[in-house]
Amino acid sequence: MVATPEKQTPANKQYRVIGTRPLRPDGTDKVTGRAAYGADVKLEGLLYGQVLRSPHAHARIKSINTKKAEALPGVKAVVTAQDFPPPPPGSINLGESTANFQFLKDNLLASTKALYHGHAVAAVAAVDLHTAEDALALIEVQYEPLPHVVDVREAMLDSAPVLHDSLRTQIRAAGIAPRPDRPTNVASHMRLQKGEIEKGFAEADVVIEREFETSMFHQGYIEPHTSTAYWNKDGEVSIWTSSQGPFGVRGQVAALLQLPVSKVHVTPMEIGGGFGGKIPTYLDPITALLSRKSGRPVKVAMTREAVFEGTGPTSATFSRVKIGAKKDGTLTAAQVYLAYGAGAFPGSSVGAGAMCALAPYVIPNTQIDGLDVVVNRPKTEAYRAPGAPAAEFGVEAVMNELAERLDIDPLELRLKNIASEGALNASGQPWGKIGAREVVMAMKEHQHYNSELQGEHVGRGVALGFWFNGGMESASSAKTNDDGTVSLILGSVDIGGSRASLAMQLAETLGVPYEAVKPKVVDTDSVGFTMVTGGSRTTFAGGWVAYELGVQIRGKLVERAARIWEVPVDQVSYGDDGVIRGPKDAEGKERKLAFTEIAGQLARTGGQIAVSASVSKNTQGAAFAGHIVDLKVDTATGKVDVLRYTAVQDVGTAIHPSYVEGQIHGAVAQGIGMALLEEYVYGADGRLQNASFLDYRMPTTLDVPMIETVLVEVPNPGHPYGVRGVGEVPIVPPQGAIQAAVYDAIGVRFQHTPMSPRVILDELLPDGG
Amino acid sequence: MSHIVINTTINGEATEFLADERDSLLEALRERVGLTGAKEGCNNGNCGACAVILDGRLVNSCCVMAAEIEGSQITTVEGLAQRDHLSPLQQTFLEDAALQCGICTPGFLVASHALLAQNPDPTEHEVRFWLAGNLCRCTGYDKIVRAVLHTAEQMRKA
Repeated sequence: MVATPEKQTPANKQYRVIGTRPLRPDGTDKVTGRAAYGADVKLEGLLYGQVLRSPHAHARIKSINTKKAEALPGVKAVVTAQDFPPPPPGSINLGESTANFQFLKDNLLASTKALYHGHAVAAVAAVDLHTAEDALALIEVQYEPLPHVVDVREAMLDSAPVLHDSLRTQIRAAGIAPRPDRPTNVASHMRLQKGEIEKGFAEADVVIEREFETSMFHQGYIEPHTSTAYWNKDGEVSIWTSSQGPFGVRGQVAALLQLPVSKVHVTPMEIGGGFGGKIPTYLDPITALLSRKSGRPVKVAMTREAVFEGTGPTSATFSRVKIGAKKDGTLTAAQVYLAYGAGAFPGSSVGAGAMCALAPYVIPNTQIDGLDVVVNRPKTEAYRAPGAPAAEFGVEAVMNELAERLDIDPLELRLKNIASEGALNASGQPWGKIGAREVVMAMKEHQHYNSELQGEHVGRGVALGFWFNGGMESASSAKTNDDGTVSLILGSVDIGGSRASLAMQLAETLGVPYEAVKPKVVDTDSVGFTMVTGGSRTTFAGGWVAYELGVQIRGKLVERAARIWEVPVDQVSYGDDGVIRGPKDAEGKERKLAFTEIAGQLARTGGQIAVSASVSKNTQGAAFAGHIVDLKVDTATGKVDVLRYTAVQDVGTAIHPSYVEGQIHGAVAQGIGMALLEEYVYGADGRLQNASFLDYRMPTTLDVPMIETVLVEVPNPGHPYGVRGVGEVPIVPPQGAIQAAVYDAIGVRFQHTPMSPRVILDELLPDGG
Repeated sequence: MSHIVINTTINGEATEFLADERDSLLEALRERVGLTGAKEGCNNGNCGACAVILDGRLVNSCCVMAAEIEGSQITTVEGLAQRDHLSPLQQTFLEDAALQCGICTPGFLVASHALLAQNPDPTEHEVRFWLAGNLCRCTGYDKIVRAVLHTAEQMRKA
């Protein structure tokens, strides 16, 4: 029998609401099937759309004939790339990524070339889904297949097929040799440099250099992308969508359809997972165009196959990691080379990967190169700590090998070089208050790390991880109600509990119970500009806003109380317990009014209070995580069973500990998937061969154990409640920890993920099986 | 477009509706009957988000044709709660934070409901084995499995 985790308040007792585990306000709708997700939108006269996709990895589109499809009874509109106006110059910042408008348009619907298997080429809207499917089969596309390349290293060869004739390598740092002026697949080359690496390696007693590969992984949200649009007769477009960023959707749709943003109204529906993959738009501009052509609202929901083939998984990567250390474990130099496949258009997360690669450690001499390379695969997008898992996998693997070579405990080796406040990171910036050392200490002291491993072919591994966490823009408004509650109006889509975590921070500020704050997520016309729910930023930046709203309301309530009592404002104060206190009255009695009491009197003392606030934060609450894993390798089948998993993390302040634990659980399961199970499999023809859940193989209940979480709380001084953001960093350590544990179990250091049964068996069987 | 008349009982109520002969049960529930609690995650039986109970048997409604359900009894997630209170599983899923985005939750609730109906005292492994056909990408299954075990424990005590 497994015990339910205790609902205790964390050691940090300074708060009333923060650190408790209240119920989420959207919970009842979600357990009763009432919550409305994107696919649940129903409008009068609704048409159903479908998207036709390229069967080729790389092909010139010679012609698209839609006449037969248009003639099918029930078909109301067909669109192709020709229906888009020319895209504006420039790009849009989507929070965890940037979208160049030309590339975005070309990705939505291919015009002259299909650049990957699954690239959208046309879309139809019809009276029902079956008719739309029939219509797709009637669209005639003439392709001229071209040679393709799906591997990042092959794509960098001079002999490789070129995806974009216009592409030249952008050199993004001094000291990198310029490239010849001819078409290439290498979109950019960046470098971070500190100290002198040659000198650093010369000082080392031991130098280890290894090469690594990681596969392309999909975010795997269970809800396929959906969009419903209605283009009104007055030229205003309303969109109901499943997105992490309704304002990003508004910006993308407005730019691509050449509309002012004020004519695009985006309503975020409940969202069935995103993990970074629902930041860019795939369907919204298409449903809008189909609606304009048909004069009716149009809904498109992707099939699961389309999600795998045509949305934005993570890069397949190649990396080379070289680290030097003295005999006592002091790191002297590190060199990291990262080549990330961006998919069909430039813009992988290699830059973030480069900045994260060595972050957990203080190393005097470092050089990190990052190359962004286009390949005939779907355009990659953000996926939970985008870029970091692949970059840190190689570094952690080499750190574990170094520890063995130096005969030092792997956690001791890390402690000796751990990043700490004031030390310089790879970009040469000093760290602020961080909890990296606290995380490693908690790992060392944990019973798991000190327990004995038992059985055959069992192993244990550890790894660290780092992620920046974002800040950026958020806005909200709040108003008091005369029943003593406060409405909190949010621009952040709630993917996994942010209504609760933001309401808790406003309740804390006002000194009122959590239940007195009523959060609501609204459309883009009803709240200030708010960046995506992503980058682990929502509870951080949204919490800042909630705090500022609370401070404003406190100030106004103090003024009202002063008016009621007819005393000077400066003699009235608002207590953290939600009670307003004033000077003693004529009879010597203390004047006080609880929040609920004064809320009922507001209508008579100047009206209800409504406030709004916005923040734009560049400060980051950097997050570190450390994982310990035990596993067993079945040497007959190559299958790995994860036996025990402990995830330690500096979470800043855990606002709602259950939701923090949940973020860590989910990220660890995704990381286990990356390490052992998941991959994009391409055939020699460049076609994706496993575009289904069954064949892509995400972890099921049987593939993961209970995941123990250890919440280390080193509050972020850059936030009123010490919030760091927690969602992303726990996906970083699993690949490194599991690789080390597999080595411990069977003596093989795999240098690529996933370490699937086939891969392990190939290694174990004589002559490769 | 040829439509067929289907007569069935959904969540205890006699229900008659018209369906396209190509409709799956999932499409019919969502588009014809207006019950959108069952979700489409894959449309091929891989993810379990569309789970319903059909004549006492747990099925993925995307893999059943609407035309097959004439005369059947169907329970969907909308049928789990009583008029004025949640079912024990629903209540525990909420209290034990067993959902994040919530898209897989209807499927997990229906599948867990079917499990507890036939096995009121499952082991952790039995819960995991039973729910292996339901994918969740947010929770790592930890709090879901705990919530099912916790509910079973509470129901046995009740």
